[in-house]
Amino acid sequence: MSVLPAAFLPTLVRRERASLAATLLAPPIALAVATILNLGLYVLLGRDPIAVVHAMLLEPFLSWTSFSEVLLKAAPLLLIAQGLAIGFRAKVFNIGAEGQFILGAIFASAIPVWFPQATGQWIWPLMLLLGALGGGLWASLTAFWRVRLNANEILVSLMLSLVAAQLLNYLLLGPWKDPNGFNFPQSVMFQYDAMVPILISGTRVNVSLLLTLAFSAAAWVFMQKSFTGYKLQVGGLAPRAAGYAGFNEGWAIWLSLLIGGFAAGLAGAAEVAGPLGQLQRSISTGYGYAAIIVAYLGGLHPLGIVFSALLMAVLYIGGDNAMVSANLPIAAVRVFQGSLLLAYLIAVAFVRHRLEWPRAAVRSQS
Amino acid sequence: MNAIDFILAGMLGAATPFLLAALGELVAERAGVLNLGVEGLMAFGAVLAFIIVYHGGGHFLGFVAAGLGSAVLSLVFAVVALGFRANQVATGLAIGILGQGLSALFGKTYESLTVKGLPKLAFPWLSEIPVLGSLFIQDIVVWLSLAATLALWGMFAYTKTGLVVRAVGENPKAAHAIGYSVTSVRVFAIAFGGAMAGFAGAYAAVVYTPLWADGMIAGRGWIAIALVVFGTWLTGRIFLGACLFGAVSLMGLAAQATGLDVPSQLLSSLPYLVTIIVLGIISADRRLLKLNGVASLGEPFER
Amino acid sequence: MTDPLLSLRGISKSYGQIHANQGIDLDVAPRSIHAILGENGAGKSTLMKLIYGVEQPDDGTAIWEGEPLSLASPAQARRKGIGMVFQHFSLFETLTVVENIRLVVKGRTADLTERIRTLGRDFGLEVDPLAPVHALSVGERQRVEIIRCLMTNPKLLILDEPTSVLPPQSVDKLFDTLRRLRDGGVSILFISHKLEEIRAICDHATILRGGRVTGNVDPRDHDAHDLACMMIGRDMPDPMPALPLSGGEKRLEIIGLDHQPDDPFAVRLSNISLSVRAGEILGIAGISGNGQSELASLISGEAVLPREQRDRIYMMGKDVGTLGAAARRQRGFAFVPEDRLGRGAVPEMSLVLNSLLTAHPLGLLRHGLVDRASARALTNECIRQYDVRTSGPEAEAGALSGGNLQKFIVGREIMLSPKLLFVAQPTWGVDIGAATAIRRRLITLRNEGMAILVISEELEELFELCDAIQVLHHGRLSPPLATRDTRPEEIGRYMMGAHSSPEKAVA
Repeated sequence: MSVLPAAFLPTLVRRERASLAATLLAPPIALAVATILNLGLYVLLGRDPIAVVHAMLLEPFLSWTSFSEVLLKAAPLLLIAQGLAIGFRAKVFNIGAEGQFILGAIFASAIPVWFPQATGQWIWPLMLLLGALGGGLWASLTAFWRVRLNANEILVSLMLSLVAAQLLNYLLLGPWKDPNGFNFPQSVMFQYDAMVPILISGTRVNVSLLLTLAFSAAAWVFMQKSFTGYKLQVGGLAPRAAGYAGFNEGWAIWLSLLIGGFAAGLAGAAEVAGPLGQLQRSISTGYGYAAIIVAYLGGLHPLGIVFSALLMAVLYIGGDNAMVSANLPIAAVRVFQGSLLLAYLIAVAFVRHRLEWPRAAVRSQS
Repeated sequence: MNAIDFILAGMLGAATPFLLAALGELVAERAGVLNLGVEGLMAFGAVLAFIIVYHGGGHFLGFVAAGLGSAVLSLVFAVVALGFRANQVATGLAIGILGQGLSALFGKTYESLTVKGLPKLAFPWLSEIPVLGSLFIQDIVVWLSLAATLALWGMFAYTKTGLVVRAVGENPKAAHAIGYSVTSVRVFAIAFGGAMAGFAGAYAAVVYTPLWADGMIAGRGWIAIALVVFGTWLTGRIFLGACLFGAVSLMGLAAQATGLDVPSQLLSSLPYLVTIIVLGIISADRRLLKLNGVASLGEPFER
Repeated sequence: MTDPLLSLRGISKSYGQIHANQGIDLDVAPRSIHAILGENGAGKSTLMKLIYGVEQPDDGTAIWEGEPLSLASPAQARRKGIGMVFQHFSLFETLTVVENIRLVVKGRTADLTERIRTLGRDFGLEVDPLAPVHALSVGERQRVEIIRCLMTNPKLLILDEPTSVLPPQSVDKLFDTLRRLRDGGVSILFISHKLEEIRAICDHATILRGGRVTGNVDPRDHDAHDLACMMIGRDMPDPMPALPLSGGEKRLEIIGLDHQPDDPFAVRLSNISLSVRAGEILGIAGISGNGQSELASLISGEAVLPREQRDRIYMMGKDVGTLGAAARRQRGFAFVPEDRLGRGAVPEMSLVLNSLLTAHPLGLLRHGLVDRASARALTNECIRQYDVRTSGPEAEAGALSGGNLQKFIVGREIMLSPKLLFVAQPTWGVDIGAATAIRRRLITLRNEGMAILVISEELEELFELCDAIQVLHHGRLSPPLATRDTRPEEIGRYMMGAHSSPEKAVA
């Protein structure tokens, strides 16, 4: 029956224990492989690969301004990915962070849209809080569908993202459209107090970066030290062991999705109350999906995710650069993201497996 | 033309991308593989077909290229998920992102360009029935999709190939023990699913709405995956589900045509909302899912 | 001796560090019933998988009817005339009997259906060809497996622990079938660790220990004690005597429990009643697949009863039927499940983290955070006290052998000092040394006043351990039988479904 010439292919053999070296090496190797493959693609497209590499991977670091943009971009990715990774470790596949992000942005925008004259330093914290609530609320629909109705959370959360995008369109084309906005699909510009304070003057980096880092630290304590985090991981690695020990599965799903929705909603709020300053159609350039890659590339570990979020932000900023300087379509970033995740998934197989080449000859085979 | 006529005439055409992609995913899932990359595979097939048809290669060649191209992309999924035993959810998402990226990349210069669709062929006699007759005036791909539905139904019901695919999906260890190569069966199933997704994308791009726009698949790949659950892994029910979604996606247009005062965004969300609701209703019957479901779905096979 | 049908020389197979088979030589004569005898982990199943081509050997040669044999795949083995009946069946539950057979045997469905009926009549293997496999009993499934093999007209039939799924009376019927097959010209490789069976039916026995051949004998020339010595390399340990105790208070009581699980492939339980007192071991006998796992998860709290079903399950005098597993553990319940990897332990986690799974109430948490030092100390204690052979507390559970992992899990649950301990299949896949240690520990705990419930397929084990035995058959439970007044044949009758109707159970 075998179609593949099995006798000549190496096989993956399970290691006695996970390899730490492979864990640490997998992301850089995946990055190198993905970079080489994509450069090949750029050559095929008739672009100068050196110019692309320069624009994509180096330019973001060459000036303080562009690096501050990397930090700005990294914040939402990091926040969303930390939330998602907790769920992924519990094998709760919330891939609807995009929608939770949009709902966070919408909830946060409600205050400046409805009370454009309001003043006071309470406004932006309240907006962030509302955003987190909005994201959590949107995620809780998925949780309800999964726990009470047994529906697949992947499909439900994704469908809800598509619905969220339509909801955003509706608001921006209808009730929330800026009356003086020349009919553009966007809300009014937010007042000063509805903006998150700038952290580093001269850049657009704001206080939400600190919140993001604090959230990362909390995620680390939660996943690596707390018993609740342990319970979630048991549920992900061996659901029947979780049932045996009496860890409540429904509760774990609710918690995972709420944390993910909360983080994504917070990121959405910080985006409208930060660099954008208004609710727009393009509030997210696929952060919710990119964060899935960030989470995996960081090994679903809170510390690793800090690095992978930075890397992904570099790719975004560098992709913008390459579009300008090397005439590379922005879609190339998505191709890079997809191939990077694939390369990582292959590399990470060597954490628990090693390759074994077939022995010279099995003597019993005549 | 009233709304009912409009929906009857267009339903099968609108259903075809859902149907083709869902049938492909059905075979992959029956073999125990959850490929979540359908959206990207469809987008990739769509752009290949569009480019070929636009440059005068013809619809046949366009469909062949789409099927082959998406099958090759799905084999990347097979290598990562089967060869390297990676998490199938993550691998599927990666293939989805990659496929959508490649689609946008290749389609960049074709944005808003159009090609000619396919002529409709009337089924003799049946197409002359009043009211229902419009159901039997369809293009060749719709007819072929119906034939594919019947063929797959027959395969699972009667043939040994169908038995082998089901056996591998239910209990890969046992299938291996009695001498079937689990990996080979799954590779073929994945490639078949990829090719069908490619055809589905091609139909969407060069027949149903022969106009190129980035993101034109618009979640149809995901709905196709949901359709496999709605149909509880049964070919006939998946066909009915695809028809339902064909009708639902036309309802928006029909409602606008009749001048109903509903926000267009709500109408565009209708397929997604219906997916969520139906998914809830079907999944709540845990017994039904367990009875018809695929026991090893999404689990890597390790000897 | 005539030329052997199959002859193996120097067959070796390793899985990582474990040498499952080392330099195995084996000759199987035509028209013989040849036993492969060895305890759990001796390498019997590996050797059979090599012969059938499921796995490929690292080294060694095979000769089949005088020709070199390549052990490449099961399909090839079948073409040569080798058939195998697996211990854990390789049947597909959602397919019908004839569909299962069609996967292996060429032919049209209608013809196959007829042939299944004919074979069934000829060899006493009746089964409905059109029934879906999930609706069949375990014994019927074995018949399907045997029929499936016979339809390929094998010259050699491999049976892996075939009697473990049969009540004693059905074993005789199986042996009749096997003798008829031998007389019809088929050789049979019969894998077992049950000495009396081998003496009853086999012409020849090859004994395996630690992956090597340690003897080739005619089993009829040796008594069970001799064979046991060859099998385990030393004398059989003596069973430990149990002190007679007067019954203490009821720690577990189940009263008239009816349950239809959500899972359509699961067994429905009806009118289950039992009670376990302090200082008593109650055993539940029966062939797996008769409702054991359904009953076990209802007792453990992994499955709970719907709200309206009150007063069905009592632990320590409290109605716990609707409470979850954690709540039952809080009342002093502990449980060793039948599947160790993935249920009793998380394979990818270290033993330290696996201690945490159920032993976290033993001071392993501080303000919701894990106290690693205490967890490590407890794990070390468990490893030491229960003689768990491992590289240390940081070893992953998945790297331990079946016996050592079972000792770890049993140890962890006992360290919780439960009032009620429930052990399902305490010695499944466990070597004799570990099995004896576990059984002794259970009897000691009973003598100290713990209430213990044991589910097991092994009648010998239940007779050694239990004060009373109840038999589970088709989701119904027999009345309790005091072990010292009961013979195995009586248990066997219940295993086949004799007088387990509820009216008689009350009497």
